[in-house]
Amino acid sequence: MIERFEDVIIQTVCRLLIPFIQLFGLYVIAHGHHSPGGGFQGGCILGASFILLCVAYDIKEAKRRMTEKINVIFCCLGVIIFSGIGAICLMLGGNYLNYSRLHHLLPVNPVDARSHGILGIEIGVGIAVMAVMVSIFLDLASRGEHEEGLK
Amino acid sequence: MRYWSLENDHFTISQMTTSPFPILIIVVPLISSFLVPLIGWWKKNLCYPLAIAAVTMCVVSSIAILNMVIEQGTIHYYLGSWDPPWGIEYVIDHLNAYVAIIVSVISLIVVISSKRSVEQELPEKIVYFYCMFLLQVTGLLGIVVTGDMFNLYVFLEIASLAGYALIAIGEDGAPFASFNYVIFGTIGACFYLLGVGYLYIVTGSLNMVDLSQILPNLYNSKAVLVAFAFLMVGVGIKMALFPLHVWLPDAYTYAPSAVSSLVAPLMTKVGAYVMIRVMFTVFEPYFSIEVVPVTAVLSWIASIAIIFGCILALGQTDLKRMLAYVLVAEVGYIALGVGLANKLGLTGAILHILNDAFMMAGLFLVVGAIMYKIGIRNIYQFRYLHKRMPLTMAAFTIIGLSVIGIPPTCGFFSKWYLVLGAIDAQKWIFVAVLLISSLLNAILFFRVIENAYFEPGAYAHDGGSPEGITMEEAPLSMLVPIFIIVAGILILGIFSGKIISAIIQFAVPASL
Amino acid sequence: MEFIIAKYNYWVYIVLMMVGFYAMMGKRNLAKKLVGMNIFQTSIILYFVSTAAKKGATIPIVEHGHGGAVHAIHAAQYVNPLPHVLMLTAIVVMVSTFGVALALIIMIYRRYNTLEEDEILELRK
Repeated sequence: MIERFEDVIIQTVCRLLIPFIQLFGLYVIAHGHHSPGGGFQGGCILGASFILLCVAYDIKEAKRRMTEKINVIFCCLGVIIFSGIGAICLMLGGNYLNYSRLHHLLPVNPVDARSHGILGIEIGVGIAVMAVMVSIFLDLASRGEHEEGLK
Repeated sequence: MRYWSLENDHFTISQMTTSPFPILIIVVPLISSFLVPLIGWWKKNLCYPLAIAAVTMCVVSSIAILNMVIEQGTIHYYLGSWDPPWGIEYVIDHLNAYVAIIVSVISLIVVISSKRSVEQELPEKIVYFYCMFLLQVTGLLGIVVTGDMFNLYVFLEIASLAGYALIAIGEDGAPFASFNYVIFGTIGACFYLLGVGYLYIVTGSLNMVDLSQILPNLYNSKAVLVAFAFLMVGVGIKMALFPLHVWLPDAYTYAPSAVSSLVAPLMTKVGAYVMIRVMFTVFEPYFSIEVVPVTAVLSWIASIAIIFGCILALGQTDLKRMLAYVLVAEVGYIALGVGLANKLGLTGAILHILNDAFMMAGLFLVVGAIMYKIGIRNIYQFRYLHKRMPLTMAAFTIIGLSVIGIPPTCGFFSKWYLVLGAIDAQKWIFVAVLLISSLLNAILFFRVIENAYFEPGAYAHDGGSPEGITMEEAPLSMLVPIFIIVAGILILGIFSGKIISAIIQFAVPASL
Repeated sequence: MEFIIAKYNYWVYIVLMMVGFYAMMGKRNLAKKLVGMNIFQTSIILYFVSTAAKKGATIPIVEHGHGGAVHAIHAAQYVNPLPHVLMLTAIVVMVSTFGVALALIIMIYRRYNTLEEDEILELRK
């Protein structure tokens, strides 16, 4: 169990930094096409911001912002976004993950639709990875005992 | 793009198929496995019907795929509409479709019978159990369907990780057994990845069909030989081939009943399928037999596996542990068929994949039913079990006769083809191994049947009397799947010839 | 000598892989086995990525000119991106396996109160 260690400097710095870390994580997810980055890297950075909150404050503090229920919902939602975009392409008549079919739904030409399809998938991956990183850390740091339970 | 078609043994130009079934067989369990936690929080009782619906969709897809393959030959499905070898493609020929239908049918039978035992053994983890179960089914089907080497690694790890998690929620020794499985399984998967990496460096391609065209010029390259070695060892660990089987008995004994019934018949058979793919599709049969005589080594290792598995099973008193060692021996049969490297031997091996999946699933389901109703697993406590659970023990007897190899059950036919293959290759020692192992299997199963059926005249030191024994038969949701398997074993045995002439004959490479 | 210096990336990966493999097999503590597993998998990732490098090549990202000017792309100028992408997937697999194994270690510790393999085997008898 991580004990709460009151240190003003750490707490203030973390409180200031965490929004910027999350913004940077979103930036990394969105710029996967044009610079090194993508879903997994951005999701790790987003997860790391929550873990920094745990380390600076307390597990209860992080759990107040990201409860277990939201964690599992985000993880499932991320994978469903990924597979769902592929399945939508399947239902629109193409192959699985053939994003050019999305030009029936979005007002772009098929080549640009491929680019937007990949962005959608990376967002799904980023959400899932963030939820899983936070979940792994909370499980291990609380040594398996969840004080609130899952319901 | 010109493709090598196994059944015609020459280059054919294949078109991409437009039917969605090759991808539905993967997407439906994948999405369902992540819908299960969301729906399970809302209403817990909906998980079980959702899991059954997803696996039923898999069975329907696999039957449709098998029909398409029998009519048209090999089907290709390009993911994302990128042409291979730049994109990932799913290549389904006769062997693939055959193993896919085995995996989906066994998963359906196990998921139907899993409800009661999961409620009894894992009461607060039902939602996550079904989530992991569907992920495991996704992984296994993905390994079978894909035609890309790295995609196979991804699905292999999905199946393995779901397996580690499922095994660890068992009884007392389960986390430690699962940790051993994690270490071993990771080594196996990493060796497979290393093999794929070496092949990629040398050829520049990850597509199985493309590799089979580029590799024949490179057979004297050291990197290709090392790649083959790594691939065989990695797949051998996943398949639990002797002496890499050490993780198997502990992991499958301490796992929950529903998990053993799913993972035990399927994971090893899918591993055997990967070995057949690597040896005969990616590398030509000429390579596996002449250049690197791995088939000779494999046949010797397999015979040691058969004898070793049967002898170690003789020393067990726990029924589930005994069945785990019988599973090691059964994997030995399949490897022996592959190692004999002639048409009859490989036919026997591929037929044994089907038969052994049914037999092992049936046996582990019977053990699950006995654990659910009565709670004992020690063979010597099985007294009067034929009065308490008559139908279950009858099913166990028939499945046991199939493992021994008595006609008309299916086990006889696969052993028959294996013996014919050994005679054809003029290796009389393997014929002797097969016959001795049938004898050892007979001793194993008759020991259990004797303890369950016959009155203990010789060792009635507690003077137990047969009155007061009521019939506590297993519930219908567990009995019906067991009887479906028993009926399947008898039907598959009678129709073995039809199966061989329609499917397996085309799955064996023509140049053997 | 040329054999060692020219192919130094392979030597590094082999040394790391053997260190990780020895730790997995030879150490008695479960947490040390896990560290060995991590080193083993990391060495494979290093190997794959090192095979993608080319002499004088730059990162495989095509600059988007404003106005969409398209110019010819010489593949020899860019690092091979495929092993990098494959290794992203392998890193995800590595992290997931590590997470599962750590959760298992916690379950084992709560049950047996020790992480030494021989003590656990004693307690299980």
